[in-house]
Amino acid sequence: MSRFTLHALAVGVATASLSLSAQAATEISWWHAMGGQLGEILEEMTEEFNASQDDYHVTPSYRGTYTETMTGAIAAFRANEQPHILQVFEVGTGTMMNAKGAIYPVYELMEAHGRAFDNEAFLPAVVGYYTDTNGNMLSFPFNSSTPIMYYNRDMFEEAGLDPEQPPETWEEVADFSRQIVESGAASCGFTTSWPSWVMLENFSAWHNVPLGTLENGFGGMETEFTFNNELVARHWDNLHDWQEEGVFKWGGPGSGPDSEPMFYSQDCAIFFGSSASRADVAANSEFEVGFGMQPYYDDVDGAPQNSIIGGATLWALQGHSDEEYEAVAAFFEYLSQPEVQAQWHQQTGYLPITQAAWDLSKEQGYYDENPGADISLKQMTLNEPTENSKGLRFGNFVQIRDIISEEMEAVMTGDKSGQEAADDAVERGNDLLRDFEAANQ
Amino acid sequence: MLFIDAYIYSPFAELPMQTKRMTYPGRFLPYALLAPQVIVTLIFFIWPAGQALYQSLLREDAFGLKTTFVGLENFARLFRDGSYLNSLSVTAVFAIGTTLLSMTVALLMASTVNRMIRSRSTYTTLLVWPYAIAPALAGVLWWFIFNPSIGIVPYMLEMVGYRWNHRNSGSDAMLLVIFAAAWKQISYNFLFFLAGLQSIPQSLIEAASIDGASPTKRFWTIIFPLLTPTTFFLLVVNVVYAMFDTFAIIHATTAGGPAQATNILVYKVYADGFVGLNLGSSAAQSVILMVIVVALTMIQFRFIERRVNY
Amino acid sequence: MVENRPWANLIAHIVLISGVALVVFPVYVAIIASTHSLSGLLQGTLPLLPGGHGIENYTRMWQSGVSNAGAPPAALMLWNSFIMAMAITVGKLSISLLSAFAIVYFRFRFRMFFFWVIFVTLMLPVEVRIIPTFQVVADLKMLNSFAGLSIPLIASATATFLFRQFFMTIPEEMLEAARVDGAGPLKFFKDILMPLSVTNIAALFVIMFIYGWNQYLWPLIITTDPDYYTIVMGIQRMTSEENPQWQLVMAAVVMAALPPVLVILFMQRLFVKGLTETEK
Repeated sequence: MSRFTLHALAVGVATASLSLSAQAATEISWWHAMGGQLGEILEEMTEEFNASQDDYHVTPSYRGTYTETMTGAIAAFRANEQPHILQVFEVGTGTMMNAKGAIYPVYELMEAHGRAFDNEAFLPAVVGYYTDTNGNMLSFPFNSSTPIMYYNRDMFEEAGLDPEQPPETWEEVADFSRQIVESGAASCGFTTSWPSWVMLENFSAWHNVPLGTLENGFGGMETEFTFNNELVARHWDNLHDWQEEGVFKWGGPGSGPDSEPMFYSQDCAIFFGSSASRADVAANSEFEVGFGMQPYYDDVDGAPQNSIIGGATLWALQGHSDEEYEAVAAFFEYLSQPEVQAQWHQQTGYLPITQAAWDLSKEQGYYDENPGADISLKQMTLNEPTENSKGLRFGNFVQIRDIISEEMEAVMTGDKSGQEAADDAVERGNDLLRDFEAANQ
Repeated sequence: MLFIDAYIYSPFAELPMQTKRMTYPGRFLPYALLAPQVIVTLIFFIWPAGQALYQSLLREDAFGLKTTFVGLENFARLFRDGSYLNSLSVTAVFAIGTTLLSMTVALLMASTVNRMIRSRSTYTTLLVWPYAIAPALAGVLWWFIFNPSIGIVPYMLEMVGYRWNHRNSGSDAMLLVIFAAAWKQISYNFLFFLAGLQSIPQSLIEAASIDGASPTKRFWTIIFPLLTPTTFFLLVVNVVYAMFDTFAIIHATTAGGPAQATNILVYKVYADGFVGLNLGSSAAQSVILMVIVVALTMIQFRFIERRVNY
Repeated sequence: MVENRPWANLIAHIVLISGVALVVFPVYVAIIASTHSLSGLLQGTLPLLPGGHGIENYTRMWQSGVSNAGAPPAALMLWNSFIMAMAITVGKLSISLLSAFAIVYFRFRFRMFFFWVIFVTLMLPVEVRIIPTFQVVADLKMLNSFAGLSIPLIASATATFLFRQFFMTIPEEMLEAARVDGAGPLKFFKDILMPLSVTNIAALFVIMFIYGWNQYLWPLIITTDPDYYTIVMGIQRMTSEENPQWQLVMAAVVMAALPPVLVILFMQRLFVKGLTETEK
């Protein structure tokens, strides 16, 4: 090549790269814990955002389980390497909320960049969990779920029960289960995943009974647990008695890992699990699946109230430039559009966070084609949330949940009565709450 | 593993040449030679250890935004805490169980192999290779074998009426991790017992048998006592192994559960620090573990060294 | 043996064969399980003979891993493990040789001080300094890197002391002869010490490689990017999900265990030497 051409080429390349860099999109990073299928859907969604405009570019990165993602981000923060957006599970809310120097509350972020953020558009039960006492949104609800009841319609028929009529009260659950077991259709009536989430947290909200003082911790870190009440003790004792009868089978502590397989193998006819397990359930069950709401004790005033959510939200972390926060705000706005929400909800089984998304799905006929896909929504919006059913906000809740399911297990093995276990759980939990309070003074 | 080499290659061993040694004079070169190791040691060992000491005196939130100096409060709290005391006892049970099981089986194998002549090396090869298996893998393997739904051992146990479930039963879980940990150590103990047995002079044994002692009597009155130094040494090594190298087994299988039944000290440090984000408590636990390691190291060098180096 | 009672021999063989069986059993189970399909395993009783899905399972694990559980392809993880193990081994051997040489063959100020600094590492296994070491590595921006995986592990004293011991057994005459020849320390090191140390180096190589390959806690903590997972810790991810794909897990276990086992089997003598050589 002649020297002149080479020279021209060099100039050309330099100019081209100059103009490219002048138009370079603002890069932001998003750390999340969605593996597998969910991760793929998440990445597609992000790609669509990136492709839809030139100014911003979001890079999602899978960082392990929720715990690992959170720990990794905290470590990164201490090393000044934190991402812009972080997905944190609901039990981490207490920790995140109190880290005032680390987080950038979403409502402030959106306001500062002039993006629409109409609180009214959001479903109260979803958003309530993540608002401060003034009703301002601290984090962006992304993948929320709530526990529902899955049941084996084929087995119901076999046992002589109407598959269109899931049980509504705990009495009915027990009766139906007895019938199923006696008829020989299955060896167990019902089982549950996430025992603390389902059989204590949601249980309390569903019956409009508090878990702790100060609006379940929303009011401050001085909160104390109060769930060692009669209702909870009675329910845990019932679970134990039902297990003795063969009506209920304990699925293990923590996430209740044994429960789902028992449902798929048709060992148990009824299964309490996250609404986001829908896709898994559909894939793994070789029988007709029915969906129902959580049962309640009909002798309790105020039941059924509304259920609370689990899942995770997106937090914005401090320490980045204004430009980058501009990008974050744009991304959040994109995520809250009805079309995007509706698609995410339909593909994953997580709840849509806006009324508009719900309406859109209705319009699209999604719920007609997929009966039961809106049970979770109906359950969550059954009533306006009270201070007992907005959600919960306790520090160190990762460990506290483990403690709760440990104590529940002691009831199942017959080592403690429901009241004793609840008392112990409250005591141990309060210790951790005080720890958290002290560390965050 | 770290102890064995130190034992064999004792820094305190007296050798005749040590007192009057020819050396090169050194101005710059020795420092340069030492530099890599010393620098890495300072950055990645000494400094973090110091940090752990310092952090054990603090109470902070997860993000490190608020830090308070609390002196020995973290330590005091640990000893008041039921779950830490539980962890201490769980670790003791685990260490003793693993050590006893592993050493007994290994001794049995070693003394039997010692009798053999032609097949000795074959058996040795067959018994030595599990050393290569990482503790994590050992854990996963035994977890699979003991899996309540699809494992082969619960299946067989059910035939004699026992429903195994290490997810519900703390004792089952403890048995599981003891098996996995002991299994992995058998080869190591075997090798050392074999070496120890082979260093016992044949003449002693022959003399005893001429005196009419049966093999069993010979074993307990002559062989076993002469093995004492090796046994002692292995005791310490096994205890250290059970306390530290078995993190992987616990993490890959029971994760400290069910209900804290297998929450050994070293696992608790990780769980409280990384998962629970309680850094002060985790650091305090680390410091306590450090004290234990130092004590064990000193026992090793003080008492066992002397015994073995004739 | 003194007597030669045939039945005693028979019992001995039985004992040994049972021992071997006990030792081999879990790995046998793993190999069998890795050749079946998942449904074959979930039936409730473990088959005791190989199934027909071996190639399928191994290929799948090798190429695509179990992405649902965040486990990258085994090929990648095995490669990472290999790099890490080699880096640790070579790193450890090199710096230990240098340090032992310095300590034994030089007189200089602070010699004992440095000796103790190095010795201290024996009392600080990674488990007692997990979080602060993690913080240091994070501060140095070494997370998710091969440097981070290996460098913090190369400074422990075991190899240094072994070499020190060995160097001390080398006759003084060697050093004298070298000096008379006008060889400086480095030449002495290269031409005399190294060749003499070859067997020890080889023996240690085996031990260190296995040690490096089997690292678990450290890679677990400092890698959050699946591209850097090593095989031994990556397997834990697969078992930690709700419904593990056991046949793939077992295939991964076999692949993870194979290199160290092969190393031991083919270098058994060196391995045993590295572990047990007593002073003569």
